[in-house]
Amino acid sequence: MTAESGSVVGLVGPNGSGKSTLLRTLYRAVTPRRGTVHVDGQDVRALTGRQAARTVAVMLQDSPTDFDLSVEETVMLGRAPHHATFGRDTPEDLRIVDDAMARTEIAELADRMIATLSGGQRQRVMLARALAQQTPVLVLDEPSNHLDIAHQHELMSAVRGLNGTVIAALHDLNLATQYCDSVVVLAEGRVVALGPPAQVFTPDLIRITFGVDARILGDAEEPVFAFRRLDPVGASTDQVPHE
Amino acid sequence: MFLTVAICALIVVSGAVGSVQVSLREAGQIVVGHMVPGMPWMSDGSLTQLQDQAVWQFRLPRTLLAALAGAGLALAGALMQVTVRNPLAEPYILGVSSGASVGAVLVIVAGSAALGGLSLNAAAFAGALAACLAVAMLARKNGTLSPTRMILAGVALGTLLSSVTSYLTISTDAQNVVSVLFFLLGSVSAATMTSLIGPTIALIVSCLVAALLARSLNVLMTGDESAISLGVNATRLRGLLLIMASLLTGTVVSVAGGIGFVGLVVPHIARIIVGADHRRMLPVTVLGGAAFLMMADLLARTIAAPTEIPLGILTAFVGAPFFLWLMRQGGAEKAGFGR
Repeated sequence: MTAESGSVVGLVGPNGSGKSTLLRTLYRAVTPRRGTVHVDGQDVRALTGRQAARTVAVMLQDSPTDFDLSVEETVMLGRAPHHATFGRDTPEDLRIVDDAMARTEIAELADRMIATLSGGQRQRVMLARALAQQTPVLVLDEPSNHLDIAHQHELMSAVRGLNGTVIAALHDLNLATQYCDSVVVLAEGRVVALGPPAQVFTPDLIRITFGVDARILGDAEEPVFAFRRLDPVGASTDQVPHE
Repeated sequence: MFLTVAICALIVVSGAVGSVQVSLREAGQIVVGHMVPGMPWMSDGSLTQLQDQAVWQFRLPRTLLAALAGAGLALAGALMQVTVRNPLAEPYILGVSSGASVGAVLVIVAGSAALGGLSLNAAAFAGALAACLAVAMLARKNGTLSPTRMILAGVALGTLLSSVTSYLTISTDAQNVVSVLFFLLGSVSAATMTSLIGPTIALIVSCLVAALLARSLNVLMTGDESAISLGVNATRLRGLLLIMASLLTGTVVSVAGGIGFVGLVVPHIARIIVGADHRRMLPVTVLGGAAFLMMADLLARTIAAPTEIPLGILTAFVGAPFFLWLMRQGGAEKAGFGR
């Protein structure tokens, strides 16, 4: 599979289908047993750790808070790959960090400790940290997990507004449809479909991969899905129940 | 800045305190006189030889050893806490002190000759390193060092070694027991200028490396996967930190015994004061550890004079209430106590 430069690609699939694993090969947390990952024609395994961290940024789901940093200090960690190991924060670092916090609307939380934040606020801090890395590629692993509906849309439209390439694992097919240029459907570690979301997400595909019934509301250009549990014998619940 | 001044003041004060009468001014003169040649008061007979000897040969070495041990243990504790990402970690968590104790107690009980002429300090150092190596090997799996396995292996091996120490202690002559206890609880009373060399080198090297790594340490706090995504090789960094913290702890323990509490609590105090960012927290930890242990040693040899209290008893007895008080104050959430 290929992600076009500057596009937003959604990875969807049931739990355990390999979304996170695929993403982890991209930011080098695991080495693929077969195949390679290239960014801008360059094999990511051939880069040094710091080079890779200047190429691909990750917004992880959560991070431990045994030793707590403030929001600003956490976002500043995103500047680490740009520095020699020891070095002061430059005015440019501070500007980039301020900008990242403003874009994720956490500027007023700058001095709060991470442990005191809500799940949604923490998630936005993690996004700000990834933005502060200023990489051409941004990886998001279920970015909208702890967010309320308004913040889910805010986050996705913020991501949409970025210049770089975005690869995001998403659970919500409606979000994926609305904000992704293309989607990749995974099941049991394999790609089962890829393409523009409105074409890929057919009721048939959704039933086979996710095991739920989907009805399409809205028009074909901008579909909205409603889901129902699949009837145990496979018949659609819209139909008259059998005897 | 404040801590640096405090350390200098403590050097002079502890030079002046003891059974031989020396004034603060004279103590200061002796310390400066030995370091800067050609000071008039060194040769004009205003200071007795006894005073000079007491300050330069007994009080100063032990004060300096207290400072080095405090700084070293505090730094090792801070590194160990971020290495295993656990606030309860301390320099002895990998069995360093229990290993050192077995070595030292063997020398005390069986005599140096039985161990091929190994001195107590050397035996303690060997024991410390052997214990660390064993823990690292036990905790290694698939080429990675998992923090949890390291802690568990360290605790288990530490308990095993402690039982050996206890058995040796209880089965030896009564006269040896006091020396064993003094080692186990830690003391700087046997310090000489030459015994300072090892800890000094270890401390200087560790401080330099830690300063270079401060930003990576911040990154390591956020988890292995996060560290990788920020360009830090977590496993390699952890291995380096382990070696450094163990060598540092080993050199300190082999000359000063198992002084407790400093390595656990001083890093937390530093975090409460300046936050968890290592670039600010490590200098405070090192200087704070030095000042804390110098103060504790001053108390150890004064409050029950002429008897001396083992340092480890004092560090815990004075340090624990202070730490608990600080923990209850506002601002403690900076150290992750807000939850």
